[in-house]
Order: sequence, then C-alpha cells, then structure tokens
Amino acid sequence: MTTTRTDDFALVRRAQAGELAAFEELVSQYEQRVYTLARRITGQEQDAEDVTQQAFLSALEHLADFRGEASFATWLTRIATHAALKVIRKRQGLPTVSLEAATEEQETDGSVPHPEYIADWRESPAELVTRGETRRFIDAALAQLDEKHRLVFLLRDVEGLSIQETAATLQLSEANVKVRLLRARLQLREQLTRAFGDEQRRVTGGHAHE
Amino acid sequence: MNCDELLAMLNAYVDGAIDPGVCETFEKHLAGCNPCQVVVDNIRQTITLYKDGQPYPLPATFHRQLHDALRQRFTQLQR
Repeated sequence: MTTTRTDDFALVRRAQAGELAAFEELVSQYEQRVYTLARRITGQEQDAEDVTQQAFLSALEHLADFRGEASFATWLTRIATHAALKVIRKRQGLPTVSLEAATEEQETDGSVPHPEYIADWRESPAELVTRGETRRFIDAALAQLDEKHRLVFLLRDVEGLSIQETAATLQLSEANVKVRLLRARLQLREQLTRAFGDEQRRVTGGHAHE
Repeated sequence: MNCDELLAMLNAYVDGAIDPGVCETFEKHLAGCNPCQVVVDNIRQTITLYKDGQPYPLPATFHRQLHDALRQRFTQLQR
C-alpha cells in the first residue's frame, strides 16, 4: 500500500460525510488486497468475489462506526476475514454464528515441525516475485496448510496485523496465535525451500549440538 | 541455547520482539550454527515473498458489479 493511514482516515471522514467519490477511492485502493485475501482464505474465485462484495458492503454499512482506533486497512481486513469465514463455515455445513467454535481449539502438541530441507535459495524473493509461476506456487503451498495455520499466517505476515489484532480477529489467545504462526512459517519455509533451495548448497548432516 | 530452543524463539527473533538478553544468546548460537542461520534466512525470505507478492486483479465483470452494487448501496444509505 502506498497510502498512509492519515490519507485513509481523511478519505473515511469524507465518505462518512456522504462523499461517494471518497468511498470509491478507498474501495479502489483496497479491492485487490481484499479479493486476494478472500481467494487465499476460501481457495475459490467465486467465493472470493462474494466475500469481497460482502466485505465492502459491510464496511459501507458500518462506516459510521469506524473511529480510527485501528488503521482502515486493519479494520477492513477484520471485516473481510469474518465474511470469508462465514462462507467457509456455510460450505462446511457448520453453524455460521460461532466463529469461536471453529477457531478456538488449542494447539495441543507443544512440539513444532523440525526443519528438514535446509538450503540457501537460488534466487532472492525480489527476483522470484517477478515471475508469474511464483504466485501460483506459493498459493498452492499456502492452500496445503491447515486452515487454522493459514489464517494466522495471512493476517499476521501478509496483512501485517499485530499478534494482538490477529488474536482478536480470530478470537484466539495470543499464545495460540504465536504457536500457529510458528508452525505456518516453518511449514511454508519447508515447502518453499524444497522448491527454491539450491541443491548444491543444501546443508546436510548432523544438526544436533548444543 | 541449542537448536530446538532456538526454534522456539524464532518468531520473536524474526519479528524483532525478542528480549535483548535472549537475543544475545540467540545470535551467539546463530554465529556458530550454519543450519540455523540458513533456516532463519529461509523464514525471512518466505515471509517477504508472501508479503511482497502481487495481489490478484479483480475479474473485469466482477469489478463493475462490485462498484455498481456499492454505489447503489451508498446512495440508499444517504437517503
């Protein structure tokens, strides 16, 4: 995002005062980001469209409630996440009323997956993002995570919410968010390094020392 | 600090939220452990790749539909 929090806040103020153009500017600013988040949460293009539309309609209807405690981006991310979870719960035939029921479950096992494939990458992330197939690959890797791990990673690392904001959005404890985030990061690291790692520079052998 | 203990502290370190005292021990381990160094680099690169990746553009038809729906609702709410 190139805009600042202050710019957004000024646009929200104007939209709250009834200026359609200001609201449309906010939508244009964030529509790709919301759509992408929705695609990654739901894993489906049609669902992503429904979620995006629902999220912006909901943001519009609740615009008067936005007081700027959080950034507009964070506020919108929360709305979009709830809309996406509603769609997923509906698809799974679960009651949509309780977000909690589906997300609160504690990580029971204290252990985390141990890194197995360790190697420097052949290219930097800056080089990798320029390629179309990278996005397809990283999204496929994301889709393989458990939903609970994927959600935490998306909110914290992609959308840039704080641990506290992520916990509040998903109705989880901060401790639980941290555990899930570590697992998500380690699992993605493993998959991405298997694809982007330099076989010649793979670190092998014993890795058990003090 | 051993490798497993380092793994448990990884998030805090990568996010710059680690306690300064622990950070020193962490970095001391890193300096002498190439696999852990590479894992930390890999994790940083993984996060960067997702964070800096291009978002998906909206399909054109949906883009129009979205803006039409929002304009209509905005006008309704103003009444």
